[in-house]
Amino acid sequence: MTVNTATTTLPRAGTVRLAAESVSLAYDDRVVVRDLDLQLTDGSFTAIVGPNGCGKSTLLRALGRLLRPVGGQVLLDGHAIQRTPTRDVARVLGLLPQTPVAPEGLTVGDLVARGRHPHQSWLRQWSRDDEAAVAEALTWTDMADLADRPVDELSGGQRQRAWISMALAQGTDLLLLDEPTTYLDLSHQIDVLELVARLHAERGRTVVVVLHDLNLAARYAQRLVAMDDGRLVASGAPEEVLTEQLLADVFDLEARVVPDPVAGTPMVVPVRRLR
Amino acid sequence: MSSSTDAAPRQRPGGLGNPGGDRSAGRGGLTAQRRTRLLGLLLLLVLVGVAATLSIAVGSRSIGLGSVWQALTDPGVPTEETVIVRELRVPRTALGLMVGMALGLAGALAQGHTRNPLGDPGLLGITSGASLGVVLAIYLLGVGTPAGYVWFAFAGALLGTVLVFALGSAGRGGASPVTLALAGAALSALFYALVRAILVSDTDSLDAFRFWVVGALAGRGADVAWQVAPFIVAGLLLALVNAPALDLLGLGEDVARGLGQRVWLARAVGLAAVTLLCGAATAACGPIAFVGLVVPHVVRAFTGPSHRWLVPCSGLLGAVLLLLADVVGRVVVRPGELQVGIVLALIGAPFFIALIRRRRLAST
Repeated sequence: MTVNTATTTLPRAGTVRLAAESVSLAYDDRVVVRDLDLQLTDGSFTAIVGPNGCGKSTLLRALGRLLRPVGGQVLLDGHAIQRTPTRDVARVLGLLPQTPVAPEGLTVGDLVARGRHPHQSWLRQWSRDDEAAVAEALTWTDMADLADRPVDELSGGQRQRAWISMALAQGTDLLLLDEPTTYLDLSHQIDVLELVARLHAERGRTVVVVLHDLNLAARYAQRLVAMDDGRLVASGAPEEVLTEQLLADVFDLEARVVPDPVAGTPMVVPVRRLR
Repeated sequence: MSSSTDAAPRQRPGGLGNPGGDRSAGRGGLTAQRRTRLLGLLLLLVLVGVAATLSIAVGSRSIGLGSVWQALTDPGVPTEETVIVRELRVPRTALGLMVGMALGLAGALAQGHTRNPLGDPGLLGITSGASLGVVLAIYLLGVGTPAGYVWFAFAGALLGTVLVFALGSAGRGGASPVTLALAGAALSALFYALVRAILVSDTDSLDAFRFWVVGALAGRGADVAWQVAPFIVAGLLLALVNAPALDLLGLGEDVARGLGQRVWLARAVGLAAVTLLCGAATAACGPIAFVGLVVPHVVRAFTGPSHRWLVPCSGLLGAVLLLLADVVGRVVVRPGELQVGIVLALIGAPFFIALIRRRRLAST
């Protein structure tokens, strides 16, 4: 589905769904991202990587219309996202901020049900569609048995699953995730990323995820976007982006890049910090 | 794809067994919680009836139930007793119902918007603004009746909220729970300083003001009830409209915006509702503490964090609490009366301490 257009055809593979056009982003007077261009095609799985403070989360917020650019614009399906009614955007684009917090006592089922908000209105309250979408999202993320449990009583990994389940119930083509693996141990990081990868592979979701772990980013994403100091410095397949030169330039890290023995994707083996 | 429902939905057993059921939970499977909520709502409705009946039947002067019934149903020759019931107790009960409901609703909204379990309408500068309005009315214009205070209290409450909202949203990122609470605290301190400055310099104002400031239902006739009723009704409607948005804001502003909620709109509606409700209540009865603070905590114990239930139920419990406290105040020091504000503080403080000790305060 496209926003606010009369087009009836589904987006073809390769169609640009979300784009940043010479976007500049700032908090007050502090410019964080300068003149950045980025295109995200339908059905792609992109990871944004970069050192702390490089502006990757800020960029994700702008892509999700949470932050208004001070220059340039973000286009969703060819329309300026800031001028599209926010509820229309919410039916196409879902997002999860970093470590969201649920109110105490809120059950998993209630949390996931709230993902249906963009599909409801005063005239059209809770419907069978909503019921089915919530049930399906819970089943799909393996959370159905925990539906009646309060979110704050779950483990970190289960909690993240609950939030992803909410985003799934929202039923959007695009999904933006800001560091969904923060504070999780390695096996739960894998668990969450496997789930996101399945959303991409089996449900055709277009996924953009900000990740800290380069090896996991290289393994799961089809495309890496590397940022440094508010600029986009490299973009492409993990093998093209994750080079020893880039690690030195962007992360000040001397490292070897070897093939991941399991997935064959590039794997970073740090040597020492430069400077 | 248009939504995640285009694939064949895999239903959980019983997941679709309750179409059009609990919209807040959204799922028929949650029957236990649903039953608790419905039972709680039913109990509250019964309690409102009981409290209203007591408020009409019990007073500093004993009137037999037969005479009370006669006063309410028989329009015949007025006796002293029927006049007391019709002219004093019924309006007082109606005002108590409205003001209690308003304070309960305002408390639930204030706690929801500030995401602060200690959130209270007083925190948003409303009570202090109303106090300043009344003191100025007494000091500058010589106003001397509760009916005369109403508009000034209201103007003060409105000024307080608008200033808090303006200050709280001045910085980057707009109005957030923290900036609103900080602005409210700062402005309240300023308003109370002005109030004290006037009261210290003028004894006549102090005499008039001290009867208003304890918070009372006594001495407010039907005229006061009619004056504030439209504002409380408007506030009630806005509060009910605002409740679903609070459920989204409770997930954090970013998530709420991601789900298509216009955050500024929800904040503006909520603040308008709190101002109308708390402003009207304070204007009618003076500042009454504890109702807005305690009621949402008690209600949350059976509704959970869903504001679609929490907000209306807080309104009902607020009415019950205020009416019962008023009835207690009429009987404990017969033939005199204890003002409802004092009774509430005496009951409310220990109760609140017990609540804190019993369970960790749920954040909203």
